[in-house]
Amino acid sequence: MEALARELPLERDDQGESVGEIARLSPKAVPIALQVRGLHKTFSDGNVEVFRDVSFDVPEGQAVALIGANGAGKSTLLRCCLRLIEPDDGDITINGLDLSRQSGRALRKSRARVGFVFQKHNLAPRLSVLTNVCHGGLAQGRGLRAWSHRLAKRQQREFALHCLDQVGLADLASRRADHLSGGQSQRVAIARALMQEPDVLFADEPVASLDPHAGEEIMKLFRSLNQGKGLTFVFVSHQLDHALDYSDRVLGLKDRGLALDSLSAHQTVTSLRGLYG
Amino acid sequence: MAEPSTSSALPLRFEAPSFVRAAAFALFLGFFLWSLAGAEISIRELLAGIPNMGVIASEMVPPATDRFVPMLQSVLVTFQMALVGTVVGVLLSVPLAVLAARNLTPHPVIYSAVRSLVSFFRTVPDLAWALFFVASVGLGPFAGTLTLIVDTIGFCARFFAENMEEVDPGPSEALSAMGANRLDIVVCGVLPGAMPAMINTSLFALEKAVRSSVVLGLVGAGGIGAELAVSMEMFRYDQAAMIVLMIFVLVLGVERFSSAARARFITGNDD
Repeated sequence: MEALARELPLERDDQGESVGEIARLSPKAVPIALQVRGLHKTFSDGNVEVFRDVSFDVPEGQAVALIGANGAGKSTLLRCCLRLIEPDDGDITINGLDLSRQSGRALRKSRARVGFVFQKHNLAPRLSVLTNVCHGGLAQGRGLRAWSHRLAKRQQREFALHCLDQVGLADLASRRADHLSGGQSQRVAIARALMQEPDVLFADEPVASLDPHAGEEIMKLFRSLNQGKGLTFVFVSHQLDHALDYSDRVLGLKDRGLALDSLSAHQTVTSLRGLYG
Repeated sequence: MAEPSTSSALPLRFEAPSFVRAAAFALFLGFFLWSLAGAEISIRELLAGIPNMGVIASEMVPPATDRFVPMLQSVLVTFQMALVGTVVGVLLSVPLAVLAARNLTPHPVIYSAVRSLVSFFRTVPDLAWALFFVASVGLGPFAGTLTLIVDTIGFCARFFAENMEEVDPGPSEALSAMGANRLDIVVCGVLPGAMPAMINTSLFALEKAVRSSVVLGLVGAGGIGAELAVSMEMFRYDQAAMIVLMIFVLVLGVERFSSAARARFITGNDD
């Protein structure tokens, strides 16, 4: 671990909290989109500690890659940030809202401005592409109107089509979601997230099940949304070249903690391999 | 052919059963033989009954057409009872299934209570329900329809709940991540995945209800069953033959319709 810390530029402040170079180099005025403090998670079945005392800040508009070996806790960390998995301890603040102390309606409201794209697209089968995108409107509490594109108001349908257009699939609006290719499905999942009008976008290994070409296309799309719309983007990846090419900053998990917090430009694929040793 | 080398022994083709397994088999065999006696199976009586079967069968041909129109009306009532009983039963089964699905129920106590209620509906035979409703609301199709509603709930709520439990949790997790509430998750995340199996179950429920509704008439719960009972009691086997023929056409028609509907629903969009 010490060898890795020497190889990888993890820095710690006086309180022992990790501070990445990017946080140090960023202008103070940039607001923090995601703040994680002292996050701890142990799975009760088998009493497996996944990580402890994980802390980091993500400024607005930043793209962050979360990497680490299998079982390092990347996906768990991302899910804990939205409390899809309950952390045992720690604070999570997104856009100034403290999710760790929320429940019920307040928690749902906080989640509404965070898009989450999963490894498997998680679209509702049998429903049309446009209806799946309209489901993004559930985040705004549209209820019945978001259940189907047939029930949605005209402007919601037009916005859903606009979201599909942004991912290049407007011409497939009427197709059944389970009749799409893997790459197309993932694009629809991104369009559904855009329908939420999110400030922050999480993606958990979004291209793991896609072929290399489709994977590159999806990552380019994420990057263009991050840079074009100023979306804060945090993604988990096993592909180190993706982590470097499509992020501003890399966070690495190892040995139940944050072992790396560095600008992507300061890393190479070879240097990141130290996390997998 | 060269002998493949292996360090482990080839498993035996047959192994002597363990004492427990042999005892269990002997117990089953003994109980089955006792059951044969309990069921009063008698080859002698079967052979003696064959001439009677021949007489009845010959009296059934040709089927009588003198009461064709009233019989057709009774068949229609039978189908209407089955249709209304199934549709209402299916609609009531959906919320009960949500409460009885392990992944959707708001509380384990509610889960257990609803599961028990549905089991009770299912395990009490439909004839017993029919007698109960005939005594409660009087003779006629209404009692039969109530019976079919209860019977459909007992069948569908259980299978719907299992369909909902088996559905891919991914879409629900995605909706939960975006802040959707419980109702939204059920409607948009669970039902689309469970829909093919639920439609299948509903169509089987309709077929089952059509067959049940014929029998319910025998205890006064309306429909063609009452006509069949009267014909048999009056020894009008030719009329009974016509009724059986009509029932056959009705059940076959419903089965054909449900096969076509199943295929149509599986290939079509649900929204």
